[in-house]
Amino acid sequence: MLAYIIRRLGQSILVMAAVSLISFSLFNFVGDPVNNMVGQEATREDRLRIRENLGLDDPIIVQYVRFVGNAVRGEFGLSYRVRRPVDELIKERLPATLELVAVSAVIALILGIGAGVYTGIRRDGWLSKTILSSSLVGVSLPTFIIGIALIYLFAVTLRWLPSSGRAGLVEIGWWKTSFLSVDGWRSIILPALTLSLFQLTMILRLVRSEMLEVMQTDYIKFARARGLSERSINFVHALKNTLVPVITIIGINIGGLIAFSVITETVFQWPGTGLMFIQAVDFADVPIMAAYLCFVALVFVVVNLIVDLLYVFIDPRIRMAGR
Amino acid sequence: MSELLEIENLDVDFLTRRGNIHAAKSVSLQVAAGEVLGLVGESGAGKSTIGNAVIDLLESPGQITAGSIRFKGDELRGKTEDQMRRIRGDQIGMIFQDPQTSLNPLLRIGEQLIETIRKTKGIGQSEAEKSAEELLESVGITEARARLRSYPHQFSGGMRQRVVIALALAGDPDLIIADEPTTALDVSVQAQILDLIRGLCKSRNLGVIIVTHDIGVIANIADRVAVMYSGNIVETGDVRQILGNPQHEYTKSLIAAVPRPDKRLHRFNSVDYIDGSGDAADTLNRIDINTHWLGQQSQLQQTPATFNKDAPAIEVRDLCLAFKLQGAILKRNRRMLQAVDRVSFSIAQGESFGLVGESGSGKSTVARLIAGLHKPDSGSVEIVGQSVLGDQKDPRIKAARLNLQMIFQDPYSSLNGRLRVLDIVAEPIRFYKQSDNEKHTRRLVHDLLEHVGLGKDAALRYPHEFSGGQRQRISIARALASRPRILICDEPTSALDVSIQAQILNLLKDLQDELGLTLLFISHDLPVIRQMCDRVAVMRNGSICEIANAEALFTNPQHEYSRHLLELMPRMDVIGAAL
Repeated sequence: MLAYIIRRLGQSILVMAAVSLISFSLFNFVGDPVNNMVGQEATREDRLRIRENLGLDDPIIVQYVRFVGNAVRGEFGLSYRVRRPVDELIKERLPATLELVAVSAVIALILGIGAGVYTGIRRDGWLSKTILSSSLVGVSLPTFIIGIALIYLFAVTLRWLPSSGRAGLVEIGWWKTSFLSVDGWRSIILPALTLSLFQLTMILRLVRSEMLEVMQTDYIKFARARGLSERSINFVHALKNTLVPVITIIGINIGGLIAFSVITETVFQWPGTGLMFIQAVDFADVPIMAAYLCFVALVFVVVNLIVDLLYVFIDPRIRMAGR
Repeated sequence: MSELLEIENLDVDFLTRRGNIHAAKSVSLQVAAGEVLGLVGESGAGKSTIGNAVIDLLESPGQITAGSIRFKGDELRGKTEDQMRRIRGDQIGMIFQDPQTSLNPLLRIGEQLIETIRKTKGIGQSEAEKSAEELLESVGITEARARLRSYPHQFSGGMRQRVVIALALAGDPDLIIADEPTTALDVSVQAQILDLIRGLCKSRNLGVIIVTHDIGVIANIADRVAVMYSGNIVETGDVRQILGNPQHEYTKSLIAAVPRPDKRLHRFNSVDYIDGSGDAADTLNRIDINTHWLGQQSQLQQTPATFNKDAPAIEVRDLCLAFKLQGAILKRNRRMLQAVDRVSFSIAQGESFGLVGESGSGKSTVARLIAGLHKPDSGSVEIVGQSVLGDQKDPRIKAARLNLQMIFQDPYSSLNGRLRVLDIVAEPIRFYKQSDNEKHTRRLVHDLLEHVGLGKDAALRYPHEFSGGQRQRISIARALASRPRILICDEPTSALDVSIQAQILNLLKDLQDELGLTLLFISHDLPVIRQMCDRVAVMRNGSICEIANAEALFTNPQHEYSRHLLELMPRMDVIGAAL
């Protein structure tokens, strides 16, 4: 068991090393860092001096080690554009994105699993068919169209919810949360719903097909033949067996949620890391891009590590094999 | 004697788009308490349908259209789902075929047992735990308390089937319906499970219905037998009367097709009662082996350097192969399974040699080593006097390998479903360039298909259009297409019904006679081995216990394990008395 965790951890570190190499190379390949920092009128000598001060003349391996050393401590240098430390900027923006992703993940999980189980059991009911066909909207329409449609409906026509921005913030230390005020909740609902729709559909369809498959197995038939109640068969015997593949997909998708949040945050002007990244790309703000890359990779790695550990928790066969 | 279950004139229909399939036609059966009824028939006869109909778990779109099912005098038809749920488990228990799949893999044995006990008896957790423990002990599982905390995958197949039986007994039912309860198990485990079921039947005064295709199981356990054929019960009666003195034509041909453990017959009696699948070969044009391509040797095989008429067909010496169970960098940490352990034998040309053993004994691995599908760790393999280990591109090795072909167990997965039968059978001919041109190849394929009893129309169809037995004929045609002198048959009939098995075994015997083939015949089924083989090697845990002439082995086994296996063989004296 311990060996299994250590092996997974080792793999995670390997992935992070590869990603850090890519983000490090951004500095060297996306424009000349000195040009990005100094104005038009800087002299040749100035440029050389800055190069030396920044350590850009050191061997590439030394620079990389220095970069990793700083990155581990969360330091990615100054943003070219706003001249503030990148880690500070990310720290400012992070709560917005994490809260958005958390709310949309919860929506996607609850509705996705619930509707998936329902449509898997009542395969031919009219409600199942309605859910299935309307869920196609979730995958076939791009996020920004859904976002704009929701804004049009709820903010412009019905005027129930705000159209954009992040209002009603309450500060807890450095973390600004939307969860503690009505306005905060009102402003998070639309972007969270938009972001969750795609994931919701994926989870729904996956749970449904897994349920259909599990319901055909001998052990479900045997459970029926022992006279167990429908509720126990559906939610104890069947659902647990659908979870392993579902959790795999969720693991990959939580990372996807953060990546997709770039678009949603743009549509709703949500002040999260995704919006910051888009702005950084516009200005070729390499330190922010590099930091964002590392950050997203870290999220992916951590989530997948948790997923791997969850497998072990759910499926005893993996537990034994891992020993 | 008052009947526990009475089925009268039961009709079960499956309404499909292609029309109405009558799975059961006017079936009548009775089971009394303390009695084992065997329901026997081949696949598709509708025997499982009866069991499912009794507990109202017919798979959609199946439905009961007529008749009555009375349990303890109470009509079951027309009961609501809620009422039926109280009868399932509580009054009628089910045991399914495959213990690997009938337990939920993610729940502990204890959880599954306790849940069922609590539901059926309505008692509390701690009481249920105690009764779960007793139940496990009563089906012969030791250290029951600790085993309650195990997951299904930690049990062997036989142990799992015991757990399944415990689950079926959890609600103290009066009737048990066991659907092929031992088909997925090894012979020795099968005997134990049958003993257990029979013992429980007598000690608890249960009514038991055993649904099976296996006459051997019926002979060992049943008091009475009902024979089913395409939805009808053709004959019912006492086990001795049915097996010893069958009245109906179908029962007669079914019993004639069962391989006899007690004496060797040259051929199985023809089993032509079965519609449309009789010994079709008789009506087709069989080719004259003396003049036909199939009877002649190819250029490649005739090269004197590679072909020695006096050499043994197959000779293996000190063959060893270990599989890695768990890898590790350090050699001492690796866990290895010695699948084949110093196996040596020699098969003369034209001989049929049997390799028998239980699952996991390494018999299939030996076949694969000879066929070159695995590489041995050490030892030697010679085919017609030529060592075939080493560089596989060596023309001498290629020529030697051309002499050998393999027929696999599963007729469903051993044929490529995307190719026409023509291309499947033609593949070896094309690969070894055995024909002059494409037209010739086609004619050869047609001849081969006719020779194995399929007819040349089969060439243009795809494998999925054929039944299991027909597919096995395609496999045989494909094997013959390279004009081999040696056939390795790895459990060629264990996935087939007994009458189809008899046909395929007859075909193999005929081919052997005509072509002088050498057979390496692998099976777990002793009676089949007795019918097919001149000499037999008994394998266990990767090594050979005993090699003997078949007759000597069956009458006077030397090794303890051989004796053990023979004792477990289903007794068929009831049949022997009559035929």
